[in-house]
Amino acid sequence: MEVIKKGTYVQIHQIVLRPEERASNLPDETKNVPLEMWVKGYLNSDAMIGDEVYITTLTNRQVKGTLVEVNPSYKHDFGNFVPEILKIGQDLRKILKDGEGCGRL
Amino acid sequence: MADYSYNAVMARKNEIMKMAVGIDYSKFQTSRIGFDYERMMRETGYTLQEVQNIQRDAGVGNTPLIELKNLTALVRKISPKGKGARIFIKDEACNPSGSFKDRRAAISVYHAKKLGYKGVVAATSGNYGAAVASQAAMRNLNCIIVQECYDSRKVGQPEILEKQRKCECYGAEVVQLTVGPELFYTFLRILEETGYFNASLYSPYGIAGVETLGYEVAIQCREQLGKDPDAVVITHAGGGNVTGTARGLIKAGALNTKVVGASVDLTGLHMASDRDFNRKSFTTGHTGFGIPFATWPDRSDVPRSAARPLRYLDRYVTIKQGEVFYMTEALAQLEGLERGPAGNTSLTAAFYIAQEMDEDQIIVVQETEYTGAGKHHMAQLSFARENGIDIRFGDPEEERAGESIILPENPSLIKTRDVDLNKLKKSYIKNCIDNYKVDEIGIKDAEFLAEDTKLSIEEVKKILTEINVKVV
Repeated sequence: MEVIKKGTYVQIHQIVLRPEERASNLPDETKNVPLEMWVKGYLNSDAMIGDEVYITTLTNRQVKGTLVEVNPSYKHDFGNFVPEILKIGQDLRKILKDGEGCGRL
Repeated sequence: MADYSYNAVMARKNEIMKMAVGIDYSKFQTSRIGFDYERMMRETGYTLQEVQNIQRDAGVGNTPLIELKNLTALVRKISPKGKGARIFIKDEACNPSGSFKDRRAAISVYHAKKLGYKGVVAATSGNYGAAVASQAAMRNLNCIIVQECYDSRKVGQPEILEKQRKCECYGAEVVQLTVGPELFYTFLRILEETGYFNASLYSPYGIAGVETLGYEVAIQCREQLGKDPDAVVITHAGGGNVTGTARGLIKAGALNTKVVGASVDLTGLHMASDRDFNRKSFTTGHTGFGIPFATWPDRSDVPRSAARPLRYLDRYVTIKQGEVFYMTEALAQLEGLERGPAGNTSLTAAFYIAQEMDEDQIIVVQETEYTGAGKHHMAQLSFARENGIDIRFGDPEEERAGESIILPENPSLIKTRDVDLNKLKKSYIKNCIDNYKVDEIGIKDAEFLAEDTKLSIEEVKKILTEINVKVV
């Protein structure tokens, strides 16, 4: 496995609370899983994915966790096309133009 | 060495908060339950003019008030003759980070800088994080945003993932957590570790910042229309938007304007549930915040919340997720305004309420928010469909949060549902009695409860009698 160099921008993962340490008033599906945290920062020393490491965050905090990603990127988008959305606009323009389909009795 | 266990950190909550907000809340306490709310707002906040100056300096506020002529025409097509108020929208997406939350962040961050804090921290998965990050960037302060972001499969709400990106683009550090109210524990630990300012949504600064919004609405209506708005519709979550806007309207002297709160109906979904987390399409502006924060405002991250919506609400309505997505598309297609869905909660309510009002009346929707990848009705409907939510056209009345999103078959099916405010007021009074563990209260407490619920002292006494609490 590739060594990730000190100073690389990475994301780490940490278990904040194990299931038995969690607050008492939670629904079961939440209480049965740990509270997890992800933080990004610069790697303090050479390491490999899966190692326990320290990072220095943008606010200069030292945070410990498992190294999970290098140069973490954004993957959210506009999703799959939802054809219903297009129909809304067409219906409404028609109603404004000739009053048809507005649903008024 | 300090004890960082969950219980130990939670036990230090009050001292951490005192250090991180710089307010000694105990000095406003007037009785067992009561505190002097107006004095707190006066002594720790800023005057309206100071707030205006701070915001102008940071490029915040003075957003346009736009008439939605096509939507008004649509309302009139489905209204009885003579009905269908003119709808106006306050385009808050024009603020630096794209929402009205810049108004709140501007004051908190200014205050943090003035007091000499090196950075600010906020616990938020919503627009407020972006607002704090943006304002902190302007004032050269460090910024940490603590987000509830993923379920236990590490699947994140697209809207929250986008908010992470936006906070990071302003140079903030974002701490992402899985579902659970113990986010507060992580938040407290970061405040303690860094000594940064808690840019709480619920501090007097956070609320004073919204007052300019209500004030501008009144002034712009007078300038553009020669009169005050008849109603202002406000998306209601934690209560700050309602409280600040209503206070601003009052400060402008718009005393006859009806204050209407609106939330997306997420009845049946548990806010701390790992399973329900990704089965809801709205991460704020919904009943999961709106009802608990109205009936117990002091559940927030400061000892005494400055957001106290029951003092100001004249009416509180809910609407369905499918209706908001529909109106979001309508706003883009008929008015040329592509804005984020969550900000259109109040627009959707206004679309129905306008049908009950006369043609010469004015209804104002007091916010919009930015949109983009993740934070767009296409992204959110697509995500819902991937998570097994049934999306179809039909009667929104049949929508069940977490199971279906029903887009109205036609616009006349969009309806608001009234929440019984008196029931919420009773519930708030009962929560006060339960949380302060009292079985009798003094007259000062009763007076406070009357102010905090916009009820008469007689009405409060009647409710107290019903729950066997004596006023001595």
